[in-house]
Amino acid sequence: MKSVVHVELPANLCLLARVSHLVEVSIEGPVTQRAILDALEADHPMLQGTMRDHTSKLRRPFIRFFACDQDLSHLSPDEQLPEAVAKGTEPFLVVGAIAGG
Amino acid sequence: MSKVRLLVGTRKGAFVLTADGTRKNWSVSGPHFAGWEVYHLKGSPVDPNRIYASQTSGWFGQVVQRSDDGGLTWNAVGNKFVYDGVAGTHQWYDGTPHPWEFKRVWHLEPSLTCADTLYAGAEDAALFHSSDGGNTWSEFAGLRNHGTGPAWQPGAGGMCLHTILIDPANPQRVYIAISAAGAFRTDDGGQTWKPINRGLRSQYIPDPNAEVGHCVHHIAMHPSRPDTLFMQKHWDVMRSDDAGDSWREISGNLPTDFGFVIDVHAHEPETLYVVPIKSDSEHFPIDGKLQVHRSRSGGNEWEPLTRGLPQSNCYVNVLRDAMAVDTLDSCGIYFGTTGGQVYASSDSGDNWNAIVHDLPAVLSIEVQTLP
Repeated sequence: MKSVVHVELPANLCLLARVSHLVEVSIEGPVTQRAILDALEADHPMLQGTMRDHTSKLRRPFIRFFACDQDLSHLSPDEQLPEAVAKGTEPFLVVGAIAGG
Repeated sequence: MSKVRLLVGTRKGAFVLTADGTRKNWSVSGPHFAGWEVYHLKGSPVDPNRIYASQTSGWFGQVVQRSDDGGLTWNAVGNKFVYDGVAGTHQWYDGTPHPWEFKRVWHLEPSLTCADTLYAGAEDAALFHSSDGGNTWSEFAGLRNHGTGPAWQPGAGGMCLHTILIDPANPQRVYIAISAAGAFRTDDGGQTWKPINRGLRSQYIPDPNAEVGHCVHHIAMHPSRPDTLFMQKHWDVMRSDDAGDSWREISGNLPTDFGFVIDVHAHEPETLYVVPIKSDSEHFPIDGKLQVHRSRSGGNEWEPLTRGLPQSNCYVNVLRDAMAVDTLDSCGIYFGTTGGQVYASSDSGDNWNAIVHDLPAVLSIEVQTLP
């Protein structure tokens, strides 16, 4: 089944990928963090390495994932995300952690 | 008429400053990559319109940008920097082993002969190279693995490989410097390396004369004399006339020999520039007076250059990659400060003026002299 997911990116990544605040990605099969990031990086290769490590695919320390008022950062990358994200009614938020100054 | 293009990396983006050969009126473009730290930009000597930039962020990691039109437009290229084999450990601040972790690229050095080939100096210290315009990167692992790597320790700013000098007479010879490991040289194009720190003396490490462990801040070389190197160490200004095999101190009458930048006049290989900084705990000029010091004798005898520089209440720093010289007949000298000023002299340092006053903190400056 194909889902169209809305992803909200932080300003620095919008600038890098030359996209607006909200981007759409199409996903075949279960909607998971891994599936969303795979699709995002395929559509915008310059985002590779900016949200997760190139090799280990682990989330970068100061990147967080939110949706439906929940912090999903510590979910397994292969865990299915809330249905509202899969249906495109709620965005998947990529957030730069509030740290530094 | 000749033109000059300054490539300025700052804490919040990159700026490109251009002027004609008189260097009186400057136009400023930027910020490019706004909001990102831009550690360094440098143009290819083969194709000056080919410029590479290191864009980095504690949140989003490393990006390398490439321009093929002199900095008007940019495209992200490869950012996959992976240590060769098992990365191993170096020493942490407390002396315990710490895994090598890639953090950022401090310095990009394009090849002298090919616009698609360049070196990248990384934190944690390693030398990478690309031969396809920055699309893919591989490590010269012989540097970290030559034997002393596990003893290297980070300086206060991180364990960064910040200086890369290619010998114009022999491209197989490359010098690099690491804080706080020291200086190293390869004579075979990067396959094997040796420490070149004999003569350096660092009172702040257990063995002041150790083979490695010295906090080298920057090294400069005049292209006509690639065996002569000038070093601003944490403390001490040093000189080598045998390709780094031995060093001697040339601090002479400097008011303080702590500092970060050092550079050489474009046409006078014995004319040097440093910016003395008060101390390792007070990173600003002595008494709030910003002074460039010039030696016309290859060191030891230094004169302060102050005309046009603030002589009161100035408490900025000038970081290690933030000085450059152009190659016009009347040599231009440029430096940037952590206060966001870029100062220029079009007469070898006799007179200075601020091109811009209020950029973000300047991390690096390079200059291109264009036809």
